[in-house]
Amino acid sequence: MEHTSLLERILRGIALALVVIFFMFPIVWILMMSFQTNETILRIPPQLVFEPTLANYTALITGKLMTAAGTLDIAFMRNLCNSVFLSVTSVAVALLLGVPAAYAFARHKFRGSEDIAFTLLSFRFAPALLVLLPLTLYFQKLGLANTYIGLIWVYQLICLPLILWIVRGYFEDIPADIEYAYRIAGHSWFATFRKIALPLAGPGIAAAGLLAFIFAWNNFVFALVLASADKQPVTVGALAFITSSGIQYGQISAAIVLSITPTLALALYAQRYLVEGLSLGAVKG
Amino acid sequence: MASLELRNIVKRYKSQTVLDNLSLTVADGETLVLFGPSGAGKTVLLRLVAGVIDPDEGKILIGGEDMTDLDAEFRGVGMAFQNFALFPHMTAFDNIATPLQAKHSSQGTIKTGVESVAKLLKIGHVLSHKPRALSNGQKQRTALARALVGSPPLLLLDDPLRNVDAKLRFEMRLELPRLLADRGATVIYVTQDYKEAMALGDRIAVMSQGVVKQLGTPEQIYREPANVEIARLFGDPTINLLDVKPSRDAKGIYVGLSNVQVHLAGAHEAAVGRDCVIGLRPEALAFVDEGTPGAIPVTVEAETPLNEKIVTLARTVRGREILVSRPSGTPGQSEGRAHIAVDSKSALLFDRASGERIGSKNVVNLRSGEAA
Repeated sequence: MEHTSLLERILRGIALALVVIFFMFPIVWILMMSFQTNETILRIPPQLVFEPTLANYTALITGKLMTAAGTLDIAFMRNLCNSVFLSVTSVAVALLLGVPAAYAFARHKFRGSEDIAFTLLSFRFAPALLVLLPLTLYFQKLGLANTYIGLIWVYQLICLPLILWIVRGYFEDIPADIEYAYRIAGHSWFATFRKIALPLAGPGIAAAGLLAFIFAWNNFVFALVLASADKQPVTVGALAFITSSGIQYGQISAAIVLSITPTLALALYAQRYLVEGLSLGAVKG
Repeated sequence: MASLELRNIVKRYKSQTVLDNLSLTVADGETLVLFGPSGAGKTVLLRLVAGVIDPDEGKILIGGEDMTDLDAEFRGVGMAFQNFALFPHMTAFDNIATPLQAKHSSQGTIKTGVESVAKLLKIGHVLSHKPRALSNGQKQRTALARALVGSPPLLLLDDPLRNVDAKLRFEMRLELPRLLADRGATVIYVTQDYKEAMALGDRIAVMSQGVVKQLGTPEQIYREPANVEIARLFGDPTINLLDVKPSRDAKGIYVGLSNVQVHLAGAHEAAVGRDCVIGLRPEALAFVDEGTPGAIPVTVEAETPLNEKIVTLARTVRGREILVSRPSGTPGQSEGRAHIAVDSKSALLFDRASGERIGSKNVVNLRSGEAA
């Protein structure tokens, strides 16, 4: 380790602190707002010291929102459940379809394979709004509008290309010789896929799954257009806090805190596995 | 028991022909070494036999059965890769066990099988380690153990000693022949190291640019190389190659080396009057006293003792460099002017233009894989 002077360490500390404050400030502010009433939030100047209240969280969990204009029903918990259901199912379907496809694209160069892979990726280039109108019309004809299946299907536009392209890279990084060695040992290609390729690409699949989950969770526009109240995820559901009697900042903050908690927890949990990385000790060196 | 027969194998990658109409037969229980520079097609050939790549033309017969269209898992061969190709997420034990698991052997059989082959290769103490915790030598032995464990009748070893240190390579070069002989398996061994080829091969196939240039016993390849290239690849220090034009007089055929007429023993009729290259193994040269018939005057430039032998770099009066090798402890000259004599029986003559050996009696018949 190189010796660093005291001044350098102090400056580095300050720089790091500035970066952390810059990035963490909105999150911390939201967390603070979620424990305040609308009155204390809107006080000018804003105050760092306040009497914390759990009213926002109780309102969300019980589903009864007290406003100046009276009691309002909100479906936040249902939205949260929808979000969890939609994201988990979409990622599961995308993994089920995407991982074998990624393997095929990585290992078997067939006619047009590059074109197909690129077409799938290009779904991510198209602005969602461009696709939405025709999609809505089709879905209404097919009876898929406002169904979970329809939403999960549309979510594949988000999840599938992501998983396909990330996982493909991980499969390509596995030396082909390792798979050949397993085949020569007498195992079928499917056993090789299951016992060699899948475990070795595991961290990559986890990373892609996590990313896809976050993208699916954060999706707003597809769900806004294609789902009605009882199928909406939190991203759309949060609109309910903009009421006729004003914006419910406290509840919105609490809703945000509750809705980022699952993704945050998942990311923190999966981080350990992601960092472990590929252990390619078997090949040379 | 498995012999191997390759019939007219052609393999192309895009426009490049990697294997060009190659035919080769390996007898049951024989060890054939594929020797040649990188890019010669050795590894491709091995992979074709293993079944992980398919030939564009030709047939592959293992044990007399046509296996050309059979997938790798049905061919029952064992293979050790140059880069080891161990499964990084499995312990050494599980790595070695994979061929036995594929046969659905019982846990007990697997355990005994793995442990006995591990004991043989002296890696019994590291079986619980994952590849990343193994040294290069241990990885190499694990890879070898995995190839051997199922007692496959045909073993394919792709330069298994390439990535291990010199000491281990030397040890394995001594161990491997016995190990392979004990197994009774047919072996194809790929290497770029001529000493390995000489030590391990019953026969050596010298490959270059997708074709077998010479096929024969190590002795034949060394004594009667088919061309200059092969002569240069085998032997350390490398063979001395000097431009000559053989002539004939009453005493027979001779070449002029530094204005000294050196008469050659053996049949070199065909070389008379042609532009040739003479190949003289450094150990076929010896220091002699001045005045000995056929002695060539040289100046000693440098001397390198290599433990068991001493290699001397000398320069002829015409300025050509020549290497002389002699066993340690034998008399020689370490500096100044000296004289050397040629063991004329071992001299090799090559055509200067084509590089082919002249008067070569071992015409290679590649079709049947036999060296006549």
